[in-house]
Parts: sequence; structure tokens; C-alpha cells
Amino acid sequence: MWRYFAPAAGFLALVALFGFALLRIGSGKLDIREIKSPLIGHPAPAFVLPSLTEPTRQIDSRSLAGKPYVFNVWGTWCAECRAEHSALLAIARTGGVPVIGLDWKDDHQEALSYLATLGNPYAEVAADNDGRTAIDWGVYGAPETFLVSAEGVVLAKHIGAISMTVWQQKFAPHLKAGDRS
Amino acid sequence: MSRWLTFAALALVTCGALAIDTEAAFPDAARQARYDRWIHELRCVQCQNAAIADSPVGLAADLRRQVKDMIAAGQSDAQIKAFMTERYGDFVLYDPPLTARTYFLWAAPLLFVLGGVGLVARVIVRRSKAPIDSDPEEPA
Repeated sequence: MWRYFAPAAGFLALVALFGFALLRIGSGKLDIREIKSPLIGHPAPAFVLPSLTEPTRQIDSRSLAGKPYVFNVWGTWCAECRAEHSALLAIARTGGVPVIGLDWKDDHQEALSYLATLGNPYAEVAADNDGRTAIDWGVYGAPETFLVSAEGVVLAKHIGAISMTVWQQKFAPHLKAGDRS
Repeated sequence: MSRWLTFAALALVTCGALAIDTEAAFPDAARQARYDRWIHELRCVQCQNAAIADSPVGLAADLRRQVKDMIAAGQSDAQIKAFMTERYGDFVLYDPPLTARTYFLWAAPLLFVLGGVGLVARVIVRRSKAPIDSDPEEPA
């Protein structure tokens, strides 16, 4: 008897397994392309990069220490970045922590007119012209957004367009009352 | 005939597309071989189903440049591997290390082979016990 039943049971078990995974992907609970960042819980990578708005001035990541900040990787060539821009503006306005931008391998003039047109959520924008800082942060597709603690430790990372919902669920719980200014 | 010529021409075009680098990274064969091995070992984390050797995206080019720079600076394979996994995790390697999370991944082929051998052995033992004239599949 079992020799007829066992293959059918095995088949149904596989159907259940694949169905479960597909449903989780469909509902957005599981992102199979997401690579869990090994940086979480580790010090944020250091950088010294020219400012996008004042190219003669260098932005040193050490100057960001002492209070938490949001680190957002973007580019004018990135469509999803446009989609998240209004959420970034809202986070900059109400989140209570500065948003630092990393303009990843971008055309400076286009980046400046992009910010002039859509609004500038960034306290600082560092221009990563050769893409080395993005590699240091383990970036593999813009937009990516990190939360860094006052001690300089990476607390959270979101891959893809950020929204107020993501902010509330993934980022805000990491911030203590005293962190917000 | 012309269809075959078109096919041959397209095949030539795709052969060119496989080699992303237009020139050798190193003048000497030893370092070039190390470079070639590394760019085939590292996954393009952006497109995820290609090695950085075969991927046309910008990040893959940046990672090839990183490998080239590290080899040129005399860094060891362990240093290159550590650099990549500290940033992108084990997923960046096409040869994932043996850790508690990957025991099953590495053991699975062996388990399947052992399971198959077990099944075959069982069938052979059962059939060798059956009388030669009778079919063991048929109820006696």
C-alpha cells in the first residue's frame, strides 16, 4: 500500500513547500533577491568624499559621529530613487535624524537639478564618483538606506524604495527618545 | 544556407559578448590567471545569476576593478575573500563555505546518493530472495 502512497505524499509535500514560499514572495514577506547585510551590528564604513553641493569641500564620515543618521544611496539614473523621494523628504522633516545622501556614480549637474526640482532631503550629499564607497557599504542596487547609531554602528538596512511604513517598522524602533533632535 | 550563415554570425556576436573585459588585466600570466579565477568566483550581486566576469552592469565592473587593484597590490586570496564577504556576505561567493547553515547544502548530494544506493540494494536483496520463476511485483 505505502509504495503507492509514499510518492504521492512526497509530491504533495513539495507542492506545499513551493506554494508556501511562493505565497510569501507574492505577499512581499520574502524577498529572494535581498542579501542580508553583514554590516548590521558592525561599524559603518568610513569615507572621505567631496560634497555634491560644494565640490571643493570634503565630507568626512567621522564628522557624522555623535548622533544617529540615515544614510541613503541614490542616483538620478535610478527610477526607484525617484519613487522614494517624497518619503525621504518626509523622513527628513519628521524623523528627527539627519539624512545623509550618497550620490552613487552620478552626473553632478543632473544630480543638482534633480534635488532642485524634487526638493533636497539631505543634510549632506557625498559624491561617490568611482563607486568605491558604495562597495564598502555593500551596496548592490540603489536605492538602499541604512540607519547608523550615534556610536557609528549600522543598526538597520532597507533595500529598495523606503516608505513611511518601512521607516516606522524597521528604522524608528531603533531610535531612543533622546536621539531625536 | 543563408539561415545557417545568420546563425553563425550571431554565434560569433554572442562569443564576443561573453568576454566583458576588452583587454587583459595583467601583462603576466600568473596574475591574469588569479584575476580570471576570482572574477569567475564572485557573483554579481546586482544581477545575481552571473559571475562578475560575465556581467555588463556597472557594479560588476567596479568589483572587477577592485579585484584587479587588490591583486596588483599583492594582496592574498584570503584578503580578497575577506574583503568581499565583509561587504556582501557569503552570497557573493559561488563556492559557499562550510558552516552550520550550509551543512545540509553540502551534505545533500551525498545523502541523495546514499539514499539511491540504499533503494537499489533493497530491491536487489528482495529480488534475489524471490523464486526465479515468480515476479515479485505480482501477488502470489
